[in-house]
Amino acid sequence: MRSLFNKVLLDIAEKNDRIYMVLADIGYGEIEGFAERFPDRFFNVGVAEQNMTGVACGVAMEGNIAVTYSIANFPTLRCLEQIRNDVCYHKANVKIVIIGGGLAYGALGVSHQATEDLAIMRALPDMVVLAPADFAEAEAAVHAMIAHDGPVYYRCGYKKEPALHGGPIDFRIGRAIQVRDGSDLTLIGTGTITYRAFEAAGILESQGVKARVLSMHTVKPLDREAVLAAARETRAVVTVEEHNVLGGLGGAVAEVLAEAGGGVPFLRVGLPDSYIHLVGSHNWLLDHYGFAPQAIAASARRLLEGRQ
Amino acid sequence: MLKAAEELELKRKALQVRRNILRLIKAGKAGHVGGALSMAEVLTALYFRVMKIDPARPDWPERDRLVVSAGHKALVLYAALAARGYFEEKLLDTYGSLGCRLPGHPDMHKLPGVEASTGALGHGLSIAGGMALGLRLSGLPSRVFVVMGDGELAEGSNWEAAAAAGHHKLENLVVIVDRNGLQISGPTVEVMTYEPLEERWKAFGWATRRMNGHDFGAILKTLGETPFERGKPSAIVADTVKSKGLPFAEGKVEYHYWKPPAEELAQAERDLAEIERTLG
Ligand SMILES: Cc1ncc(C[n+]2csc(CCOP(=O)(O)OP(=O)(O)O)c2C)c(N)n1
Ligand SMILES: [Mg+2]
Repeated sequence: MRSLFNKVLLDIAEKNDRIYMVLADIGYGEIEGFAERFPDRFFNVGVAEQNMTGVACGVAMEGNIAVTYSIANFPTLRCLEQIRNDVCYHKANVKIVIIGGGLAYGALGVSHQATEDLAIMRALPDMVVLAPADFAEAEAAVHAMIAHDGPVYYRCGYKKEPALHGGPIDFRIGRAIQVRDGSDLTLIGTGTITYRAFEAAGILESQGVKARVLSMHTVKPLDREAVLAAARETRAVVTVEEHNVLGGLGGAVAEVLAEAGGGVPFLRVGLPDSYIHLVGSHNWLLDHYGFAPQAIAASARRLLEGRQ
Repeated sequence: MLKAAEELELKRKALQVRRNILRLIKAGKAGHVGGALSMAEVLTALYFRVMKIDPARPDWPERDRLVVSAGHKALVLYAALAARGYFEEKLLDTYGSLGCRLPGHPDMHKLPGVEASTGALGHGLSIAGGMALGLRLSGLPSRVFVVMGDGELAEGSNWEAAAAAGHHKLENLVVIVDRNGLQISGPTVEVMTYEPLEERWKAFGWATRRMNGHDFGAILKTLGETPFERGKPSAIVADTVKSKGLPFAEGKVEYHYWKPPAEELAQAERDLAEIERTLG
């Protein structure tokens, strides 16, 4: 997905000469296309994410669109106050892109796991939070991110993620995409883990449970209507996110459901609220932490049967 | 002066550390090789000569501490800890396996001898400064050593830490900058220059020296003279070669992170065998 991101951004930059990239030593192997094509619109500030973000803010305040880009937590947590006070407070047109959300860098350890990003970025006023699920969403999300006037956080996948959508999609910021319909329960996913939720729906189907699947590619602003419709039209809601179980997609959906009242059975599938000291590959860690499609399906069944 | 026999012994240890680095990469099929190899002599000197440590008692309060601030240098840390006997070398063969104790960046809760969990650049110097302060407050004579990358120096937090260490006269703090001249995106002085490097540290209240980071005579002499000045922390700029020991990779930016094809791995093994041959 990261290669696709860079290709699409380059295409857009061909037509929009106000797009700048501000980097901090990371991205090599992917960003050369932009760097070589637009050397005047490309800055590498060295390993200095705080400065990267502040500079991007200033570049944007001069009437441009500035994209910061790095891996894991480096363009978010390492420079959080620059994002808050400089980018968001100024409503600066800065796009913050991370490669490898969640446990994508598996064996590299906790420093390289972005597992609180959705909650933290979501808490910042004026920030749009995007986490595309597959290549189709990723491509549309780059266009939407550039078209949106203001701060956007973009959580990009790391490798060749499977396609969630069979055909063309209608991607709009703040509008969930229904991947499949169902009447028994709704699985809401965000980011690349949504594919596993989709697979879980297939397993549930074979067990006689019809699951609706929503791809909530925009965690903020959240699609309240889609959440409320799910609560009304299906019997239970399950969120699935590659993120600490606190404060991310599950938290956002819980806020909507709780305020609406009605008490629909609800479950958050996410990472435990503890650091992942376990070392291993991305997929192995996901399976270990309950994201195997069978495990998601089993959790959903327990919820439906009132056994959670 | 370092005696010839002693120097030979240290060179053999450094070779063992390099072999351990290769062993890790072989097991894990990839790793941050360049910045690990450039610190092989420095970590060998620290663990086998300079630091007051006891591998059997990694929690001994009076030990000296090493914080590897550039956490991607984990492989040289694991390699040296294993060579020094903190754990069995065969643990290195588990690198990259599911559930292993060797993450790509060090986790102090997983292995004895790892003093701090690092991985995001620009944190280690502050932590080490805090340890040095804490040791002073406890009245312990221990010292804190820090290994940093030269690209890492671009993080502004380092200079906050440097200022505080100078201000508080942390004489028990010693920084070694691995001046291998490269970071991910190219030569460090071209990406974001830090020159004049020694002057920078001096301006923050540090005493500085420069040394050849692959020459045990120079390393032991320089480290032996720390603290260079009363009432000042010490900064050592170590001139090194990234990927030192593997001529095909030396000084090449592409070997920051290495996923070795079989033929390169074989070449690396031959290169280390050649070092062994020259040591006699
Ligand atoms: C805060 C932060 N930003 C980015 C990175 C990614 N990163 C890992 S190593 C590296 C380059 C470091 O270069 P240098 O310090 O010179 O290390 P060496 O040459 O010794 O390997 C970067 C940018 C990181 N680990 N932490
Ligand atoms: Mg370097």
